[in-house]
Amino acid sequence: MSPMFISADKPRPAPEYTAARPAARPNEDPAWVKALVLSAVVGFLVLVLILPLACVFAEALKQGTGPALEAIKDPDAISAIKLTLLVAAITVPFNALFGLCASWAVAKHQFPGKAFLITLIDLPFSVSPVVAGLIYVLVFGAQGWFGPWLIEHGIKIVFALPGIVLATMFVTFPFVARELIPLMQEQGVDEEEAATSMGASGLVTFLRVTAPNIRWGLLYGVLLCNARAMGEFGAVSVVSGHIRGLTDTMPLHVEILYNEYNYVGAFAVAALLCLLAIVTLVLKTALEVGQSVHGRHV
Amino acid sequence: MTITIRAVDKRFGRYPALNNIGLEVRDGELLALLGPSGSGKTTLLRVIAGLEFPEAGQVLFGGQDVTYAHAAARQVGFVFQQYALFKHMTVAKNVAFGLDVRKAADRPSKADIAARVAELLKLVELDGLGGRFPSQLSGGQRQRVALARALAVSPQVLLLDEPFGALDATVRKSLRRELRRIHDATGVTTIFVTHDQEEALELADRVAILNKGQIEQVGAPQEVHDNPASAFVCGFVGEANRLVGEVTQGRFRSGAIQVPAPGVAPGAASAYIRPYDIVAGAPGEGFEATVRRIVLHGPVARVETVLDGGQPIEASFAREDLNGAVQGGRVTLKIKQAHLFPVVQG
Repeated sequence: MSPMFISADKPRPAPEYTAARPAARPNEDPAWVKALVLSAVVGFLVLVLILPLACVFAEALKQGTGPALEAIKDPDAISAIKLTLLVAAITVPFNALFGLCASWAVAKHQFPGKAFLITLIDLPFSVSPVVAGLIYVLVFGAQGWFGPWLIEHGIKIVFALPGIVLATMFVTFPFVARELIPLMQEQGVDEEEAATSMGASGLVTFLRVTAPNIRWGLLYGVLLCNARAMGEFGAVSVVSGHIRGLTDTMPLHVEILYNEYNYVGAFAVAALLCLLAIVTLVLKTALEVGQSVHGRHV
Repeated sequence: MTITIRAVDKRFGRYPALNNIGLEVRDGELLALLGPSGSGKTTLLRVIAGLEFPEAGQVLFGGQDVTYAHAAARQVGFVFQQYALFKHMTVAKNVAFGLDVRKAADRPSKADIAARVAELLKLVELDGLGGRFPSQLSGGQRQRVALARALAVSPQVLLLDEPFGALDATVRKSLRRELRRIHDATGVTTIFVTHDQEEALELADRVAILNKGQIEQVGAPQEVHDNPASAFVCGFVGEANRLVGEVTQGRFRSGAIQVPAPGVAPGAASAYIRPYDIVAGAPGEGFEATVRRIVLHGPVARVETVLDGGQPIEASFAREDLNGAVQGGRVTLKIKQAHLFPVVQG
């Protein structure tokens, strides 16, 4: 029997679609689930992020702006701010260059030991910063491997600027490379090969093809690297020696002031650090917005 | 530009991608490198472009050895499978790239470059789209940009890697004709890689068929199709029924089927029979089979049959020769021509 005859004698009633639509899309979760998950996330963020951040600013301004500004204008604080900016100014360009070289080597070339190199680049993420600091003390400190030789030649690395820069570099060098390697791997080598086949030299290919393709990722990595370079505590703490007005960076200065019960001063400097971080984040967000606006062309 | 490839070997690790390849590409011809995936056709193309260097052998451009010449020095135009357009540049900038990056002494003036770009965009029928970015173009348009970009440097050789692989069937067909037109207009020696035999046979002046890193046959499409040099070519180019059997006393036998086998050494052999080399036979002539299905393609009837032993045989002949054959009925078939190849043991 042909199926068209089934309904011929008695037309079936049209199904009723009167039930309330459960969700905008078939695979969407019910509203209460969304509300629960979202409020859990927001609640958690408020508790561990926004509350402490607000607390920093509140404590800093507890006695008005005067004492807070006073604490920042303190010569030791000024020196800590200068040192922090100097360390970042040395570390970030170096790590940007290193990250570019490393990711270019890893993503665009084949060589033995590549997996090992990638693991090495990740090392600072897995090693405690305190250990990183200790390594430099053991190598360059007075009792370290090169200690006697360095003392003999009057070179000071540990408890001085070079040590702080080295420790910061160690902690921050994966940031740019980690940002760029997946990006460059995803882009492959087709465009570079196309440029080469059209007669472009290696340098021209890098400047005109590779670099424009990775510029946003590079900027992003640099910003993250910068944020970490300014905020690093553990590794720097070990190699700095905490000499006030000389080898104290901002995070170290915050700790010193706090230990001296100078809460307003400690929170004022901490608030300044937070502001630097927030500026970085705003820049990062602006970058992302810019990227999505230009995304079609990038 | 004549291209000569002599005894080229290339391996990736232990895996031999090219094995003693020899090939002569004539000046101004359009040659297809046809083969299944993993046959080494793309590797051969990249060796010609200078994007891979062979372990042994020679690549000559017009008699000049370029085996280890840098890709940038070879003056080849290369069109990549995924086009590899520069995403951050406009179409015009993409096309101009090869001229823009020349050293100041060899670089044409800005006006000349702009004129050349306009000329090329006209050639690939994209006039007026120079200001667009690649992401604003369709797949077919991107392919045309890639072609224009490769041609901008006036290459001695144009190389295309699976040029139509990423396009849908309709666009593919029109671009095929387009490529032929552009080839005829520019006269540049062109080599393209494809796994699609129809594409190779339709577009190319000559076809080189690769299998497992070796060239099985080089010839005009008709020749490759009508006189396949090996069992692989016969099975890969065009459709064929494959029968396994034996050659004895100058005849190939496989069940009820017999065909003359002049000049074929006695022993195990396989026969490749094109569906259109099987015709309806008069009763008592040829062999009988049971019809499983009849599919009509316009004036042609494709008849899927099965022999009494279970061997399926597909025939394809004129509709009027059906003589009332029906599904489940018996037909008499006659083989006009078979390609016989001894079975190599091992």
